[in-house]
Amino acid sequence: MTVEVYKFTCIICPLSCDIEVKVENGEIKEIKGYTCPRGKEWAIEEITNPKRVVMSVIKVKNGNMPTVSVKTDKPIPKTKIPELMKLLAEIEVEAPIKVGQIILENPLGLDTKIVATREVEKA
Amino acid sequence: MNSTMLQYDVVVIGGGPAGLAAAVKAREYGLNVLLLDENDYLGGILPQCIHPGFGIHYFREELTGPEFSHRFVQRVKDLKIDYFVKARVLEIKNYSDLEKIVVFTSPEGAFEVWTKAIIYATGARERHAFEIGIVGDRVAGIYTAGEAQTLMDIYGVMPGKEVVIVGSGDVGLIMARRFALEGAKVKAVIELMPYPGGLARNVMILRDFNIPLYLSHKVVEVRGKKRVEKVKVVKVDENLREIPGTEFWIECDTIIISAGLIPQVKLLTDIGVEIDPATGGPVVNDLLETTVPGIFVAGNSLLINDLVDYVAEQGELAAYGAKLFIENGGIPAEKWIKLEKGNNIRLAVPHYLSGKRDVYIYVRVKKPMENVVLNFPEIDKKIRLPVVRPAEMLRIRLRKEEIAKAKDKITIEVIQQ
Ligand code: SF4
Repeated sequence: MTVEVYKFTCIICPLSCDIEVKVENGEIKEIKGYTCPRGKEWAIEEITNPKRVVMSVIKVKNGNMPTVSVKTDKPIPKTKIPELMKLLAEIEVEAPIKVGQIILENPLGLDTKIVATREVEKA
Repeated sequence: MNSTMLQYDVVVIGGGPAGLAAAVKAREYGLNVLLLDENDYLGGILPQCIHPGFGIHYFREELTGPEFSHRFVQRVKDLKIDYFVKARVLEIKNYSDLEKIVVFTSPEGAFEVWTKAIIYATGARERHAFEIGIVGDRVAGIYTAGEAQTLMDIYGVMPGKEVVIVGSGDVGLIMARRFALEGAKVKAVIELMPYPGGLARNVMILRDFNIPLYLSHKVVEVRGKKRVEKVKVVKVDENLREIPGTEFWIECDTIIISAGLIPQVKLLTDIGVEIDPATGGPVVNDLLETTVPGIFVAGNSLLINDLVDYVAEQGELAAYGAKLFIENGGIPAEKWIKLEKGNNIRLAVPHYLSGKRDVYIYVRVKKPMENVVLNFPEIDKKIRLPVVRPAEMLRIRLRKEEIAKAKDKITIEVIQQ
């Protein structure tokens, strides 16, 4: 029988609860340390399918700033991050860009959008 | 110098989150506001802080830095607040309580502004390599975290491929993630203290990317011909003294210094504002007024904050202070109660409380402790806390009825349960 204890810090809200998850034979046996149900849910997902919101910058043509910052509008599986970063490094967008503008939809078939987080005006 | 004369109720110096929040609030109070910033754009450092984690308290939603600043900049534009970017403030002159002058230059020319109140929100600067005792070759590849962030996230330039990060504060950890995401190899994060400097949620980044963290270690030397080639790391004892024989080298092409921030207060010290050595920022009352009447300060030039939400809150409070100051020709108060630091308290702001209003005090402890009580003996107030950490600023509300119980001082101390 394998027993593993994972200790991590909940990143859902600034309370930063220290959560401990005990996994026996790949099955979650005990979760402690969380303060609210969101934290518990997150801890389960963190063990079974960790996801992250990804942020980066994308090159901009003819803008008053050389790049625009972007994020995924939903967390994506951690394992997909390197592939997504490669894709983002290759593309270029044209100014002007508004905050909230969708740059890419469902990149790599992922259930997320790439959204601009900075305003770039036309140079 | 041929300068244009302007006149305002309030001049806000600094267009980061504290200054933006202050300018918006002051305008909402009906004051005539001028906002000045030396950067090319408003927002301070926020436009380059592309990671999420901003605004959870203030907007009740999680935003990235650029998004957070965008909302305030939009407010500034909607309210038609006058502002200058690329504006460098050269001098503040304090003629009398309601007569001050701010001298600045900008691409539009040189200006002198008559104003009744000033809100000073210039933020902080980063400590650099020499300040933390790194010696060796002066080669390319040594950056502060903020410089690296500007290069990557404004200009889209990668500063290096094999990176050692000095300092495990939030900025250092966030840059570790940023480099790792961009495909660089982050070889180590080196932390002088025996515990990580950043918020727990950011320390988790290291686990995400398998980045080794060396606690109680110090980078002492850089070697390289044209560019960084390796750094020498040494273990330190509990008194932060180097332990001989523990030296080792890490090969890398880039060093990122993330060794903390220091409030920028130059223009304030020039006019004799009293500085608190513990915060590096000015001594203030509960409206964030400095020891020079009518000059208020907010954000990281007041004290180094963990959360942008607190910075914005301070900006708004300073704006309220400026409004009261202008309406009354000074801040009305019968007495000032001093906030004193007791056991395990490194800093506490504001320094003086009037007891006329509820106040948030910002506190940092010296060392981590578990199962503690934050104790205010003079006013019989006790707050139980499971843990206090130097990296996490405490924000505590004191109600005016509580403050009024004190005669001339309120001590804040951490005691073991
Ligand atoms: S467990 Fe709940 S309260 Fe604790 S950090 Fe997570 S979300 Fe916040």
